[in-house]
Amino acid sequence: MSQALADRTARTGVPDDDIAVSGRDISVFYGEKQALFDVDIDIPRQQVTSLIGPSGCGKSTFLRCINRMNDTIPGCRVTGELFLDGEDINSPRIDVVQLRARVGMVFQKPNPFPKSIYDNVAYGPRIHGLVKNRGEADEIVERSLEKAGLLKEVKDRLQEPGTGLSGGQQQRLCIARALAVGPEVLLMDEPCSALDPIATARIEELIEELKANYTIIIVTHSMQQAARVSQKTAFFHLGQLVEAGLTERIFTSPEDERTQGYITGRFG
Amino acid sequence: MPVSTLAIVLVLMALSAFYMGRRRATAAQANGGYRTSSRPHHHGLYLAIWVAIPAALVAAFWLLIQGYVIDSIVLADLPPAYADISPDRLNLLLQEIHSVAGGGIVGREVDDGLRLLAERYHDLSMIGDAARLVLVLGLAIGAFVFALRRISPRLQARERVEKVIMIFLIVASTISILTTVGIVLSLLFETMRFFDKVPITEFLFGLNWSPQTALRSDQVGSSGAFGAVPLFAGTLLITLIAMLVAVPIGLMSAVYMTEFASPRFRATVKPLLEILAGVPTVVYGFFAALTVGVFFRDLGDAIGLDIVSESALAAGVVMGVMIIPFVSSLSDDVINAVPQSLRDGSYGLGATRAETIRLVILPAALPGIVGAVMLAISRAIGETMIVVMAAGFAANLTANPLEAVTTVTVQIVGLLVGDQEFDSAKTLAAFALALVLFLVTLGLNVMALMFVRKYREKYD
Repeated sequence: MSQALADRTARTGVPDDDIAVSGRDISVFYGEKQALFDVDIDIPRQQVTSLIGPSGCGKSTFLRCINRMNDTIPGCRVTGELFLDGEDINSPRIDVVQLRARVGMVFQKPNPFPKSIYDNVAYGPRIHGLVKNRGEADEIVERSLEKAGLLKEVKDRLQEPGTGLSGGQQQRLCIARALAVGPEVLLMDEPCSALDPIATARIEELIEELKANYTIIIVTHSMQQAARVSQKTAFFHLGQLVEAGLTERIFTSPEDERTQGYITGRFG
Repeated sequence: MPVSTLAIVLVLMALSAFYMGRRRATAAQANGGYRTSSRPHHHGLYLAIWVAIPAALVAAFWLLIQGYVIDSIVLADLPPAYADISPDRLNLLLQEIHSVAGGGIVGREVDDGLRLLAERYHDLSMIGDAARLVLVLGLAIGAFVFALRRISPRLQARERVEKVIMIFLIVASTISILTTVGIVLSLLFETMRFFDKVPITEFLFGLNWSPQTALRSDQVGSSGAFGAVPLFAGTLLITLIAMLVAVPIGLMSAVYMTEFASPRFRATVKPLLEILAGVPTVVYGFFAALTVGVFFRDLGDAIGLDIVSESALAAGVVMGVMIIPFVSSLSDDVINAVPQSLRDGSYGLGATRAETIRLVILPAALPGIVGAVMLAISRAIGETMIVVMAAGFAANLTANPLEAVTTVTVQIVGLLVGDQEFDSAKTLAAFALALVLFLVTLGLNVMALMFVRKYREKYD
């Protein structure tokens, strides 16, 4: 990491963190409309960082910058620098396929492929050539399902369609699918918004376990969820990053009055 | 009063009933001063329905049966001169009576007996017409009076009008079903007559098709052969060639349109592609016969292959081109219906566009694509003009696409074109072929619909 970057990292607080992802002056445009304004942020390694804010504030847009999913949206343009382990992911030298293997993503609505549970998990390893034979594939599928806390429930029906699982199970299947590629960072875009409270609790437990090995960034509309699962919180408002820091501090003594207003429910 | 005048009178009565009903309802509601379930125009419609529909039904029924009734009255007391007349002669006599009564001419001298019968027929018809007029108008007026007295703010006119409209809708939707049933039945009966003359085994398994019948019994080749296998084989061959052209091109164009093309390009090209489906098939036919067939023949000459100018290849290729828009447009729709979330999921795992299309989108859309292909196949099997013009009538049993073949539809055309008597094996063969064609395409369509339905369940 360059000296200048290190300086700026220090600026956003909590200096002793090991930074996994950092954004500098990130702006995103959808056609003529600017959705994100000059976001500077540092996201610590192997912790859970939650992005909160009212709908349309740009938190999901920012999340999608980290694995360049915005590339798939016609007319979307991203400016600024985004570093993953000190490497600019927007540089031409970065292969977006490799990037997305390093940065896994879980979506708002569970989206298992209409294939068997086994093939859903094996999909990523296969396309990246991570498995050479059936044995390796079996192993990676089992390990990923285990990590996603789903193995016990589906062990005997790996060949059944993934779409036949319950909503919560489907979402954990999607997490297993993302883990199977061996990512460093896991992006979660409101992963529990389509789930009932029990399934939500399972996912939150899972996040708690996964943070030991993965850097997790989660977009959520539930401030309770942000408070429960995350160590760092960033508050977005109208496309701007208003405030970021320790979750505890953001929720107890926010510096900005917009943050104060949002977490106390005065708007949003 | 002729029927058309009667119809116009009924329409006018219904119209004035509508206005009167509406006015009366408006007035009644203004006096009543409270809200009613039906608006004034419902009352108007209610009145109009009462005036028009019973009267029209009775008129129609009367028209249907009047002829039969009068015929049987006239025939019931024929003069003794006609006592033991044969049924054929009786029919002729009836026609002569109709003709004379209508002031026309008949093929023989009009004798007194016939004239008397004709006069009787004419009188009865006049009485019938007058009775019909009185009855229908009386019914309309009676219904008008009856319904007008029932109009009050309390009358639930809307419910009643809606019920009548629903009956109309049911009738409308039954008509196409009944037509289909009628077609199937007529095919079935004619086919059974055909199988009386030619054994069903010969038709289904015979390898020889030459459907002429003799005018005189001593003519050469008078026997005729009705083995339909060469036709089925020809149909299959041409359909296969058409599918080999249409499925890959249509599918690839659908993939390009949905996954790669910019919205602007798509908005321009998709309608253009669908215009291709609007070109009349006869135009494709002469394109196939005059351009493509000749092109293939010359190409064959150049590379030392013997290709006839009326080849299965030319017909199949042009038919394939005709079907491309079907495959592409339907597949385009099903590929588009694959949820964006599946694409996101795949891209999010680092899949390339090709991997996403090959491993996620196409498998997810497969049932729909299969349905599209099946619809295209049944379209290809039923296609006639292109094959008539480009592949000809020669019933060769061959798997060689460079030779001339013929199809079921082409032979149906061939059998029924020109002056035909409708009880020879030759013309009846057309019905048997049509029945086979109907069953095959019906089966394909049912299968296609089942695939499409299965596909729908997946994402809802």
